[in-house]
Amino acid sequence: MAETLLKVDNISKRFGGLLAVNEASFSVAVGRITALIGPNGAGKTTLFSIIAGFLLPDGGRVVYDGTDITGEAPHRLARRGIARTFQIVQPFAGLTVRENIAIGAHLSRRGRSEALSAAGEVARSVGLGAQLEAPAAALTVAGRKRLELARALAIMPRLLLLDEVLAGLNPSEIRDMIPVIRGIADAGVTVLMTEHVMQAVMRLAEQVLVLAEGRIIAQGTPQQVAADQRVIEAYLGHGAARRMAVGAGHD
Amino acid sequence: MKTYLSIIVVVALLAAVPMVTTSNVVLNFLVTALLIALAGQGWNLLGGYGGQYSFGHAAFFGTAAYATAILQVRYGLNAWVGSFIGMAAGALVGAVIGALTFRSGLRGSYFSLVTLAFAEVLRIIASVAPITGAGVGTLIPLDLHARAFQFQSRTPFYFIALALVAVSLTVIRAIENSRFGAYLVAVRENEDAASALGVDAFSVKLCAITISAAITAAAGCFYAQYFLFIDAGIAYGPWISIDALLAPIVGGAGTVFGPLLGALAIKTLGETTKLIAADAPGLDLMFYGLLLVGIVGLAPRGIAGLSRAISRPRRSSISTPDGSRG
Amino acid sequence: MLSPVILLPAILNGLMTGAIYALVALGLTLIYGVLHIINFAHGALLTAAMFAAFFAYTLLGLDPYLAVFVLAPLFFVAGYALQRFVIGPAAHGEDRNFLLVTLGLAVLIENALLYFFRADTRTIDLPYAFNVIELGPAFIAVPRIVAFVTVIVVALALWAIMQWTDTGKAIRAVAREKLGAELCGINVTHIFAITFGLGTACVAVAACLLIPTYYVNPTAGEAFVLIAFTVVVLGGMGSVAGALIGGLCVGVIESLSSVFFGESLGQIGIFASFIVTLLVRPSGLFGARA
Repeated sequence: MAETLLKVDNISKRFGGLLAVNEASFSVAVGRITALIGPNGAGKTTLFSIIAGFLLPDGGRVVYDGTDITGEAPHRLARRGIARTFQIVQPFAGLTVRENIAIGAHLSRRGRSEALSAAGEVARSVGLGAQLEAPAAALTVAGRKRLELARALAIMPRLLLLDEVLAGLNPSEIRDMIPVIRGIADAGVTVLMTEHVMQAVMRLAEQVLVLAEGRIIAQGTPQQVAADQRVIEAYLGHGAARRMAVGAGHD
Repeated sequence: MKTYLSIIVVVALLAAVPMVTTSNVVLNFLVTALLIALAGQGWNLLGGYGGQYSFGHAAFFGTAAYATAILQVRYGLNAWVGSFIGMAAGALVGAVIGALTFRSGLRGSYFSLVTLAFAEVLRIIASVAPITGAGVGTLIPLDLHARAFQFQSRTPFYFIALALVAVSLTVIRAIENSRFGAYLVAVRENEDAASALGVDAFSVKLCAITISAAITAAAGCFYAQYFLFIDAGIAYGPWISIDALLAPIVGGAGTVFGPLLGALAIKTLGETTKLIAADAPGLDLMFYGLLLVGIVGLAPRGIAGLSRAISRPRRSSISTPDGSRG
Repeated sequence: MLSPVILLPAILNGLMTGAIYALVALGLTLIYGVLHIINFAHGALLTAAMFAAFFAYTLLGLDPYLAVFVLAPLFFVAGYALQRFVIGPAAHGEDRNFLLVTLGLAVLIENALLYFFRADTRTIDLPYAFNVIELGPAFIAVPRIVAFVTVIVVALALWAIMQWTDTGKAIRAVAREKLGAELCGINVTHIFAITFGLGTACVAVAACLLIPTYYVNPTAGEAFVLIAFTVVVLGGMGSVAGALIGGLCVGVIESLSSVFFGESLGQIGIFASFIVTLLVRPSGLFGARA
């Protein structure tokens, strides 16, 4: 087992009567792409928000790089090297693409012009080079997803949390996006992603965690998880299991 | 660099006015316009760039005006020194209000409401507390010497007001082009997204309200020295909160020259109504209200936005918070 | 030194004044609950309504308690039109613009009243204004009792409208989930305007209840608007029950702190509790959410 970058230890979160996350535990290995999957309402986004510091857990710990970071504010986590994207994209609508990304780049660069030029490089790496001076509000859905990714990358993270970064994209846009995510991981960034698009999970993830009703019910390689009876019964259903097997076959 | 150049040009043009005319009417008009531009520039930093709409900038203006006046009248402090302390006092009030409100996560309507309430509390306290002269107000005794920050003619006052405005323009321009400025705009646009990128929204807003309060406080100190009289209604009255907000909104919130443009526009409007309708109370403010509704409805980026839309269709880097949403 | 002989009348009078606060706050909270926006023009609209009630009596000889039946519908229509044709379009769907537009309207209305009617303070003389009823050790003025009862009736009527009419149900739907309501075919623009109209009608009723014992000048409503904000904040933004209870509480707080600290410091008591509530519990004492 490779070195662990992120360790989620017995995290629980309750909203009123609903136990959204129920003693979830897992670890994310450094340099890998780990996918967190599960049916709607399984608690993926809640768990993500807890890791990223936007929600306080009712119990449990989040350990990053050997340090307990439970309950630390999002901006402090960002300074530690944890970046996140939002499932519902949150662009700075009144700013240009370049200015959006520069906010992230400012984390390590005080000067305005350095941040702006660094933003240009990041934008090109995710394929937004041509829209640098366009207002963020004018981007398409796919463009906004890329912008989310670019802003997060601009803080030069060690751990990147991608919350449904492929949701809402059409198949060809997904195909274009997969190598971008692959490239981020190849550059040495550890990636934890929640995803509904199984084909992408099968092609990208080295480790898959399955969350159902707030609990981690299975984990392993995509192939192991796809074959896991508990997963199939609890969540995927036979048709989806077959599709996953087919997707894995193509890889 | 282009903006710095335009600051120099605008200030130089305004500085040339006393060479053309020494009319007290003209200078008095310009001094009050500059005063509002200065108070408005304070609001502009927090509201225009930071998106936090304060309805109570009178709290900073009034505290500074009272501090300046009281320190001179009751403690015999030099007027210049008193003005600096007054400015610091205004900034301190800003920091305290900011710390309290932003710490409790008050945003949007709630922030406007609570700033309004703070200004009102201060107004009521000032209208009863003995140290402020209560209902009578505080009168700074006449002492027409430069060292007492008092002058025979209006010209020196005009240059001081202009210098203050020039400094505020430069400060805002520098902030606009800094990391702090970029963070402030990011917080205005989307606080959650900003914090995910490492922006400490609380500190950024706290810093903004403190600088904002200091700028508006400078206007308060100047007011006390120029008019030599303040009472609770002047210092903490809603008029200054409204003027401070109206000037940048009319001129273009979130732009360097917005408050100056807006202050000149609203003072022109105010004086014109006074000329036409003699001294009909309420008429000028009635038009201000109408102007505020009209500008927000028809030209949400103010005069600066209008002129920019004509000359350069592309959205500029720092735009007003208008309707566009992701 | 504080015997029940002083305290009880203070509390009862506080409750009666508080009923008016509650009514003004009811309008404010209704608008907030549905549009999720604070209406800063509320106080100015109250002043306008007080002037309307004043002139209805002095020019037309209409008793304020009868004028309610004219002014409430009139202000409903005015509020509807204001939201539908001025505030809504001018705000461009942006919360911050809404704040500015209602602030602009407040400045406009208040100063138009100042311009047309000057700063003079006006009162009307009603034969029954100073009749009192004895309640234990306290003497309560008849207009205060009328006000108290009317406010209860108006609150019940509003509650019934919300519960049982289609419009009421639509208003609740829009308050809960604007987009969902829109998808169900509810005309949100119309419902927003209806709500604004109802809020404004509340203010008209409050004006008619106030004018027999209170005075009117162009800033008369101002005294009530910050108090109404306090009430709404205390009661929880958007909560109708909260507005009622909050209104009564603030009335009592004000009345009691006037006894203890004097008139203007009594006002500070209200603002202090207002600011503290906002800072400590922005969702209000009864509200569920911020």
